[in-house]
Amino acid sequence: MTPTDGLQMFLFLAVVLAAAVPLGWWCHRLLDGTWRIPGETWLFRLAGIDPAVGYSGGHYAVAVLCLNGVGIAVVMTLLLLQGVLPGNPQGLPGTSWHLAFNTAVSFATNTNWQSYGGESTLSYLSQALGLTVQNFLSAATGIAVMAAVARGFARSTTTDLGNPWVDITRVTLGLLVPLAAVFALVLVWQGVPQTWGPSVTAQPLASGEQVIAVGPAASQIAIKQLGTNGGGFFNVNSAHPFENPTPLTNFLQCLALIAIPAGLALTWGRLVADRRHGRAVLLVMTLLLVTALGSAWWSETRPVAGLAGLNAEPVNLEGKEVRFGIGPSVTWLVATTAASNGSVNAMHASMQPVTTLVGMALMQVGEVVFGGVGSGVYGLVLYLLVTVFVAGLMVGRSPELLGKRIEAREMKWTAVALLGPSAAILLGTWLACAVGSTSIANPGASGFSEVLYALSSAAGNNGSAFAGLNANTPFWNVLLGVAMLIGRYSVLVPVLILAGSLAAKPRRAADAGTMPAHGPLFILLVAAVIVLVGALTFLPALVLGPVLAALGSPS
Amino acid sequence: MPALLRPCLVLMVVLTLITGVLYPLVVTVAAQTAFPHQAAGSLVVEEGRVLGSTLIGQPSDGPGWFWHRPSACGWDARASSGANLAPVTPPQIQAWHDRATVLRATGLTGTLPVDLVTASGSGLDPHLSPAAALAQVPRIAAHRHLNPQQVRTLVEGMVQGPDLGVLGAPRVEVLALNRALRTLGSGAP
Repeated sequence: MTPTDGLQMFLFLAVVLAAAVPLGWWCHRLLDGTWRIPGETWLFRLAGIDPAVGYSGGHYAVAVLCLNGVGIAVVMTLLLLQGVLPGNPQGLPGTSWHLAFNTAVSFATNTNWQSYGGESTLSYLSQALGLTVQNFLSAATGIAVMAAVARGFARSTTTDLGNPWVDITRVTLGLLVPLAAVFALVLVWQGVPQTWGPSVTAQPLASGEQVIAVGPAASQIAIKQLGTNGGGFFNVNSAHPFENPTPLTNFLQCLALIAIPAGLALTWGRLVADRRHGRAVLLVMTLLLVTALGSAWWSETRPVAGLAGLNAEPVNLEGKEVRFGIGPSVTWLVATTAASNGSVNAMHASMQPVTTLVGMALMQVGEVVFGGVGSGVYGLVLYLLVTVFVAGLMVGRSPELLGKRIEAREMKWTAVALLGPSAAILLGTWLACAVGSTSIANPGASGFSEVLYALSSAAGNNGSAFAGLNANTPFWNVLLGVAMLIGRYSVLVPVLILAGSLAAKPRRAADAGTMPAHGPLFILLVAAVIVLVGALTFLPALVLGPVLAALGSPS
Repeated sequence: MPALLRPCLVLMVVLTLITGVLYPLVVTVAAQTAFPHQAAGSLVVEEGRVLGSTLIGQPSDGPGWFWHRPSACGWDARASSGANLAPVTPPQIQAWHDRATVLRATGLTGTLPVDLVTASGSGLDPHLSPAAALAQVPRIAAHRHLNPQQVRTLVEGMVQGPDLGVLGAPRVEVLALNRALRTLGSGAP
């Protein structure tokens, strides 16, 4: 099954880059106000919003926190009360407080970690009115914050970073809703269910009875991919044949989860009025993605000793679906951990140790290789700042990025934003190991990987899992919920403060001493900084998990 | 703060109505109009009896049927799940060993098709690789007193290639195979 793997991966990369161009243009048109939503004037008047009024960095952050906070409260209420609410043909009871907390935080922060199995835990109403809404809003939030940060670079001596309500509304209604509606119908055409009827009882040919869960799946799956959310309708996410029925839907879903983040790199370039810089950002991401894809594919196609010993084909098809095979499963793993999506089409826990290491590393560097919609780019900006800071130190010149002088205040907030999620991952892993946990399914180093993966996924706002971990306990739900909050807001708030601080400065023209924010030198430096910071922070932890599992494979 | 509350709450309500009510309902109506069969779950109905879904694997044990891949959730289509064990851990290797033993007991020799030994990610994989289906032909033909060549031809005729010639892997849908098998047994030459 390997000859077509290379062709499929090449095709995937080519289509992603081709799709980035129109999507980047589309997002830019919405964010710079060229395109407006029909009826938006009426909506803004109803909400008391003056679109012309710009917000400062701190004010923008408070508005976003307010919207996400209300979102968390709404989802928690829906989950706790779903037993007595309509839209619940299976009669599922309300969830526990800790699952409601974890799930609400998870969807509002664009993580979509799931401590539950969708088909057995959540009513249709909870899925649509709670989760689907947050899928749209958390994605729009990320894109809006990216736009505000871009304005911090693009504008001179101002406090105006744009209006968060206007940004969020236009992105939701002008980009995400239309794309999701079309995509949902394509998914139904290929076999994804979209019904509000109850589960179906079947009498299989051979014997027995099988109750088949269905539901309004397509509408949620479309946006969970497009918004880099990743929260599945069914427990096994896009490995489920209802959620991802054909290799074609697999290709399109994998494309959908990374195309908008790729486009946003170009949108970023347009917003800061330096399109070459936007292309350089996209190239940095692509370079790291290709490296990750190659490494993961190499690892996953190594013969499996445990199978070879039985005279079975030594191909690791455990946890993978026949219709996809190895290549598309590995491509998805890399894309979903790179793009902060967190949906899966194969079980990551059953992948070879080095393959899982690639996924963990992509999450641990802060989800900046494409990353979540918006959050990928504003996360990468932190690394851009570190890069020009390091480069400035090397030549003894005060650092500068896109015409803005970078000073002590900016570097302090950059450090906060880079350290926040890393601390949440490492301290959370320490806490879980120190307390001890009966939730861990795998023995030894693979069990440690389960814990490290869970914290990396939560703090990286990714949401994928080594699903053997039984995370639906008060300890895990609270720990991971807190990690998700730290992972999201310890980056989001500092970058907005940073943007505010940059907006107040004049934008200076480049001179002979300016390091250009494009070109091979810049691209390689940024990629090296990302790898270096990630390696220095996480190598020891990775050695105890996947590296040990790879070296110490029992015979 | 109160200045933020009004835009926040109004937008929350309006966007919830659009993305949480209008969007799913419009998609539902459009989907059920254009693709009613798929929207309902691609169900296979014979004389009023729902046999299953073309997309969902089901229990198919018994020597006269094509077996699906092993399922970590016992074909419970309300609780999809994989095994989630690392491929280097003793419990996973033991599970492979146990399945191989069962397959060898049915008379399978040579290299085992890996999809018969490994559990799928969903626990509901509706497909087999062509090799895994063909490997079961001698057992089924013997049990149903059929010509093995006839069963083999049936399998080969039902292989779906990669989508668009390049995406995914070749596969056979097991429920369709088993349904066709019945007609083969009931009177074809």
